[in-house]
Amino acid sequence: MDENKTLVKVRDLKFARGGRMIFDGVDLDIQRGKITVIMGPSGTGKTTLLRLIGRQLKPLEGSIIVDGEEVTTLGHRQLYELRKRMGMLFQNGALLTDLSVFENVAYPIREHTNLSDELIRTLVLMKLQAVGLRGARDLMPAELSGGMARRVALARAIALDPMMIMYDEPFTGQDPISMGVLVRLIRNLNDALGLTSVVVSHDIEEASSIADYIYLLSGGKVVAHGTTEDLANSDSEWAQQFMNGKPDGPVPFHYQAPPYAADLKID
Amino acid sequence: MTTRIAEIWVGLFVAGGIAALFMLAMKVSNLSTYSSDSGYDVTAYFEDISGLKVRSPVTMSGVRIGRVKAISFDKQRLSALVTMEIEGEYDTLPDDSSASIYTAGLLGEKYIGLEPGAGSNDCEEFSLDDSGEIKIEETKNTDCKPSTLHQGSEIKLTQDSLVLEKLIGQFISKFLDDDKNKKEPAK
Amino acid sequence: MINQIQSLGHKGLDFFQRLGRAHILIVDILKGLPVLLLRPGLIVQQIFSVGVLSLIIIVVSGFFVGMVMGLQGYNTLVDFGAEESLGVMVALSLVRELGPVVTALLFAGRAGSALTAEIGLMKATEQLSAMEMMAVDPVQRVLAPRFLAGFISMPLLAAMFSAVGVLGGFFVGVGLLGVDDGAYWSQMQSSVDIYDDIYNGVIKSLVFGFVVTWIAVFEGYDAIPTSEGVSRATTRTVVHSSLAVLGLDFILTALMFN
Repeated sequence: MDENKTLVKVRDLKFARGGRMIFDGVDLDIQRGKITVIMGPSGTGKTTLLRLIGRQLKPLEGSIIVDGEEVTTLGHRQLYELRKRMGMLFQNGALLTDLSVFENVAYPIREHTNLSDELIRTLVLMKLQAVGLRGARDLMPAELSGGMARRVALARAIALDPMMIMYDEPFTGQDPISMGVLVRLIRNLNDALGLTSVVVSHDIEEASSIADYIYLLSGGKVVAHGTTEDLANSDSEWAQQFMNGKPDGPVPFHYQAPPYAADLKID
Repeated sequence: MTTRIAEIWVGLFVAGGIAALFMLAMKVSNLSTYSSDSGYDVTAYFEDISGLKVRSPVTMSGVRIGRVKAISFDKQRLSALVTMEIEGEYDTLPDDSSASIYTAGLLGEKYIGLEPGAGSNDCEEFSLDDSGEIKIEETKNTDCKPSTLHQGSEIKLTQDSLVLEKLIGQFISKFLDDDKNKKEPAK
Repeated sequence: MINQIQSLGHKGLDFFQRLGRAHILIVDILKGLPVLLLRPGLIVQQIFSVGVLSLIIIVVSGFFVGMVMGLQGYNTLVDFGAEESLGVMVALSLVRELGPVVTALLFAGRAGSALTAEIGLMKATEQLSAMEMMAVDPVQRVLAPRFLAGFISMPLLAAMFSAVGVLGGFFVGVGLLGVDDGAYWSQMQSSVDIYDDIYNGVIKSLVFGFVVTWIAVFEGYDAIPTSEGVSRATTRTVVHSSLAVLGLDFILTALMFN
């Protein structure tokens, strides 16, 4: 029963970059149909985690199972088949700059199906309607605001009706209104389309308002996890520090450094 | 539609490139002087061909009628064997034509010049007519074919390449000899 | 001292790593070419931006180079009374050397740098990543058409360069300096060989097209995804492909004309 409910299963994940361990034994379970938020201070490799799940990066060790398939050992073709069922929303939208909004959303449909132009038009307009940008279809990406670009990218991510969407920092650098729009969109799309959502964020308020389940990452490990209430009421120092935004605690204020006195050469 | 314009431009571009290649081939290079495969090969032995190269022109009366196809060295005769390809349309060259190696200009490239012979056929009869002039008549012999150069025939009369060093050498030695001859009587 | 040796070793290893990546990339690109033939629209689009947009610079430079050759050649040849060979000189230098080489150098500056910058920026703005996550292989979708377009465009551009150059030489030699019209063409025809010169020139430009677009595409794909990284990759494209063209030209010339 548990197997069926878990869409993404990460076990003992290890990953290093530039000689530094980013992940040192991470275990995660992402439930189907739920919004799972992965939080943690900047630089803990949250985005890296999404890239590992999408196999844009290969882990040092450990296993990542998505929808029953071991991502780390998939062949090129199977990987691309799997990716068709995944959507990813990049931090800045990552729209193709030489295509209009309409063509951007149509892009994955055109690449992977042989649908007629008319049908593609209908599909694209439906997706754009879902994010409220049907009127912006003829604009070029350069003419969009950051929030609009993310919504277009979201329409593109759901163009092929994937089973899951990964959101990379969707709230960063947004004004309160577009932040609210995005929060509502993520929730609505998740529920209406029966998606599984993975949101990487460090905006506690927005993230916890939509989260069904939260993982807190720090120092390459999962330091706390649970529902929003669990974490808010948790007596874990990690959870307390992060949820309440305390400057110092288990997440140190100082970046790893030799002792202060020794560094200043004071004997 | 912008893609249409782009496609037209690409079409023009490719056509222009091919036209340029075509111009290089036809107008700039010797492709137009290459004949089709209808030519026939004729061989000739030379004592000295220095300077002659494969694809050097073969001319008659200054008109190019073929080119050198191969040059090799004959071990038995100890001389150079030159194979020339004559274009098919020139099929009336007498088989006693002679071949000489000339130089175009003082320092230019070497080429083979053919000079037509009289034609060693037996198709004509000579007789003296009343006024004492030689009269040439074709024989009634119907088998008679004018004997011409054809595939595989050999040009017997050849004249070697003139080598500037040799000429100068001969000239100097002759000059010295003359000098000696002049001085000797004075003794 | 030890540190210096160590960093030298590191640089050496980095170099071979990049070389290895470049070769893996070209193999991936070549593997993607058959699929690409099903979508000629993509190639046409790229030939437009790689080939057609380089047309003006190539044609104008070709004409000027031809005119300079005509002028220089005339002044040299007239001393020997051999100005009738002007056509030969102009045509041989263009078809054998200047056509393929100068076109490749201009192409590296005009189209190669643009390719690198475009691909590098697509990488920096995560467009390539986004494609990967949409299950579209950027090597096949983005790099392969650009590579093929460069490979096709280069010999066409080089041919146009040479052809226009011969006309430029004609314009100066025959039009302005009074070399005989017939001699210009006929001497050219008797000395320029279709196989030795034209065919080999085309082979050269195919090789240059392959190498220059390969370098351009690789540098873009391998660029550090920051604005500085992209600008450095663009510079490297121009420098490396120019060096590669000149070095390869020597090797090819040695192989072909001996």
